[in-house]
Amino acid sequence: MSAVPYLVSFLIIFPMVIGFLLFLIPSKPVRKVIASISVALIVAAAIWLTVVYFLNGAEGIWLFEETEIVDKVILVAEIVLMVFITIMCFRYKKYWISLLSIIPTGLMIWTELRAPKVEMAHIYIDNLSILMCLIIAVVGGCIAIYAMGYMDGYHEHHTDVPERRKFFFMVVFLFLGAMFGFVFSDSLMWIDLFWEITSVCSFLLIGYTKTEEAINNSFRALWMNLLGGLFLAVGIMYLAFMNDGQVSLVYLVSAAWMGIEGTYLPVAFIAFAALTKSAQLPFSTWLMGAMVAPTPSSALLHSATMVKAGIYVLFRLAPALSGTVTGTIIAVVGGFTFLMTSIMAIAQTDAKKVLALSTVSNLGLMVACAGMGTSGTIWAGIFLMMFHSVSKALLFMDVGAVENSVHSRDIEDMHGLLYRLPRLAFFMFIGIVAMYLAPFGMLVSKWSALKASVDSNNIILVLLIVFGSAITGFYWTKWLGKLIGRTAYNRQIKDITKSSEMFSLTINAVLMVLLCLLFPFLSSSFVDPLVVQLYGTYQDVIPGEILYILIICVIVTFAVPIVCFLANRKRPFDQKLAYMGGINEDYDNSYTDSYGEKEKLWLTNYYFAHKIGQRKLMIPSQLIALAALVIMISRVIGGAF
Amino acid sequence: MLTPLSVRFIYAIAYIVLAPFIGGLLEGIGRKISARMQRRVGPPLLQPFYDISKLLKKKRSQVTRAQGFLLTSYMLLIIFTGAMLFFGTDMLMCFLMLSTAALFLYLAGCVTTSPYSSLGAQRELIQEMAYEPAILLTALGFYLAVGSFDVETIYNSPVSPIMIIPGFFVAFVFILTIKMRKSPFDESTSHHPHQELVKGLTSEMSGRNLAIFNVTEWYETVFLLAVVFLFIKNSSAPLVSGLVGIGVVLLTYFLEILIDNTSARVHWERMLTLTWAVTLCSCGVNLLVLMIVR
Repeated sequence: MSAVPYLVSFLIIFPMVIGFLLFLIPSKPVRKVIASISVALIVAAAIWLTVVYFLNGAEGIWLFEETEIVDKVILVAEIVLMVFITIMCFRYKKYWISLLSIIPTGLMIWTELRAPKVEMAHIYIDNLSILMCLIIAVVGGCIAIYAMGYMDGYHEHHTDVPERRKFFFMVVFLFLGAMFGFVFSDSLMWIDLFWEITSVCSFLLIGYTKTEEAINNSFRALWMNLLGGLFLAVGIMYLAFMNDGQVSLVYLVSAAWMGIEGTYLPVAFIAFAALTKSAQLPFSTWLMGAMVAPTPSSALLHSATMVKAGIYVLFRLAPALSGTVTGTIIAVVGGFTFLMTSIMAIAQTDAKKVLALSTVSNLGLMVACAGMGTSGTIWAGIFLMMFHSVSKALLFMDVGAVENSVHSRDIEDMHGLLYRLPRLAFFMFIGIVAMYLAPFGMLVSKWSALKASVDSNNIILVLLIVFGSAITGFYWTKWLGKLIGRTAYNRQIKDITKSSEMFSLTINAVLMVLLCLLFPFLSSSFVDPLVVQLYGTYQDVIPGEILYILIICVIVTFAVPIVCFLANRKRPFDQKLAYMGGINEDYDNSYTDSYGEKEKLWLTNYYFAHKIGQRKLMIPSQLIALAALVIMISRVIGGAF
Repeated sequence: MLTPLSVRFIYAIAYIVLAPFIGGLLEGIGRKISARMQRRVGPPLLQPFYDISKLLKKKRSQVTRAQGFLLTSYMLLIIFTGAMLFFGTDMLMCFLMLSTAALFLYLAGCVTTSPYSSLGAQRELIQEMAYEPAILLTALGFYLAVGSFDVETIYNSPVSPIMIIPGFFVAFVFILTIKMRKSPFDESTSHHPHQELVKGLTSEMSGRNLAIFNVTEWYETVFLLAVVFLFIKNSSAPLVSGLVGIGVVLLTYFLEILIDNTSARVHWERMLTLTWAVTLCSCGVNLLVLMIVR
């Protein structure tokens, strides 16, 4: 028990210190050694914390009541950040964006100095924070290790990009520290600081290459996230002045649940901020833009941390959102995002963009779960988050490794990847299958999300999820088919994946399979208590009988193809040429047509880019979602004042 | 009153054993009726079985080795899914597993080098996207009507679910045309090999593999018609509703044959928009009414 405060401080401060240290060390090998050891230490600390937490009976832990000095440090840090953002905005002539930093910082200073003070703990640890902490440490740590190998390959491949690897690693570690702070803090004043730090880190990572596109995209990410920060700051200030200085997130949720005056506005504003962070419509474009960054930063931004921060806040707020109009609007915005971004993902050939769009769409489903806010949907949402973190990290890293070897991240260029880069294709298979296929992960989550939306009489949401999930199946299956498509061009190519990259990929793949297999155990021992902590009560989301059936389904789906494959492996057969409507030439890769001309065979997937591409759908979708959010915010403001 | 576990196992095993015979017989009847509609005599009733036994005797020839194992997996997973339904478990879960099984069919089409097979596989995916909402909504409809996803409970519901969810019934019957690969929606495997698609998804299947594909179709047909039956069956008048249910199942099957014989294939875009429109309207209106009444 006594170790907990030290472990928490270690997890927050250590990565930041290491980040700055890495920036100062000129030698590359030394840097790599230090970075690897630090990641190992971070993971060890996270696991230690988890063990200590569970040995103490897995009950919520409150820490740090006397924090006058730390509060001052945080205030100074906020001001430093503001100055930094303002300088960057002026340097790149985006003057107005600096206002989005200056105003909220001003509000926070005002709140800190003028609002009444109450005795409160600033750190709160429960199952949800422990889960986030593990995701950040393990998945984030893997990405940091992967980045070491990847960035070498990246700079060999992109010789035009100025080399700023030291800076890159500094930001990555800073990011990890800020995320730990974010999920441990209960004081909204602290949360606000870590929020701003992650916004700035993502801004710096997206702008890594310093091309014009990268700079524009990084500023887009910055202003959208800062806008969220502004709403967060207004919410916090309102809460502090209306509730005698209470700025505890847990207090806010329980007060809103009990219907205490002056808590609706903060809940709605913080939820709005969370939507910007998790890139929901209309704010999805920043995440698309973030794809210009090197792969580890997109993986870090997407899977492990940044976007999950928004979801984390929404899950915390969920009991307060349940059954309110605000919650319903948020659920519908989430469902709408789920549907529209899935449609847009069909039209994408760029693997990284497909991953980005599917990330947004999955986050949409999680937001819908949080918006409905019943214990069942939160249960489903937590599982979605777990599966999504691991599989998306795996997929992003895998696509990055494939790109380094194939020099393209176009899905069409992955035709027959299974025969060309078997290892990487196999990992991609695991990642994709775990993303959407029943009975792994997604199944239970979809199952209970659908059930809950019917139970809450939300027709629009039911339809959004049903159609969205049909579309999700389309683009993933299409991609899977590409991997195994066979043509004669499929010669094995040199796999230049570095060992550090392979290490992270393997860990993530193993984790993924374990999650699929151990999921019933995780449900009863970890997620159920988590829901109890948030709601106080719990009823079985998935009845026992279904759980057994589910286990049987998982086993059958694993076993059937393997057994069939083994049985079929040695059976003799006559090799035939495929029918091409002409005379086959060579081996099935070209043919002579009826005019006597030789035609080359080229197989591609359907994309319909001209009909349902981002260019066509993004702006209308953004407008619709924006309209819903404007209604939500104006309702709250109108009712509150 | 719950059915004992042993009886439920017998149902599941009965499905595994009998479904191919029922499915084959239905196909035989269907061919006969089709022939009569076209003023032909038509093949003998048991022709589908003769076809299968002939296919099984043929020498193995394939374009790729992997096709065999993918198709076998497809068949086994469909059988497993059907057995789950007849065992009386969760319907939504059965439907979600159904799309997992369908993945293997898609892969079996893609893994060949054939352009027609790959194109057919792509179209199969579009079909899946078209019918999936209606299928999922059907499960949700039963949940609204009966209060449970359990097939067991649905089977023993006091009122025929169709009285409460007629809209869902319409949507489900509509997508049966796609699932049974009948025109106008035979996008992925055309009836006649001399068209732009050749035989689509099945172009490169021969001998044993084609037999596996056909038998799986029978299993799936029985599975889907069983869902139609569930719309009608109730426990207040089990015998009458059961008989009416069988009547409706046969009528539905006849309707599919009639549609098949009277329409030409439409463009897949038409299919997608039409199916989604029907699903949205009939299920949406039904949902709206139910949620107001509830």
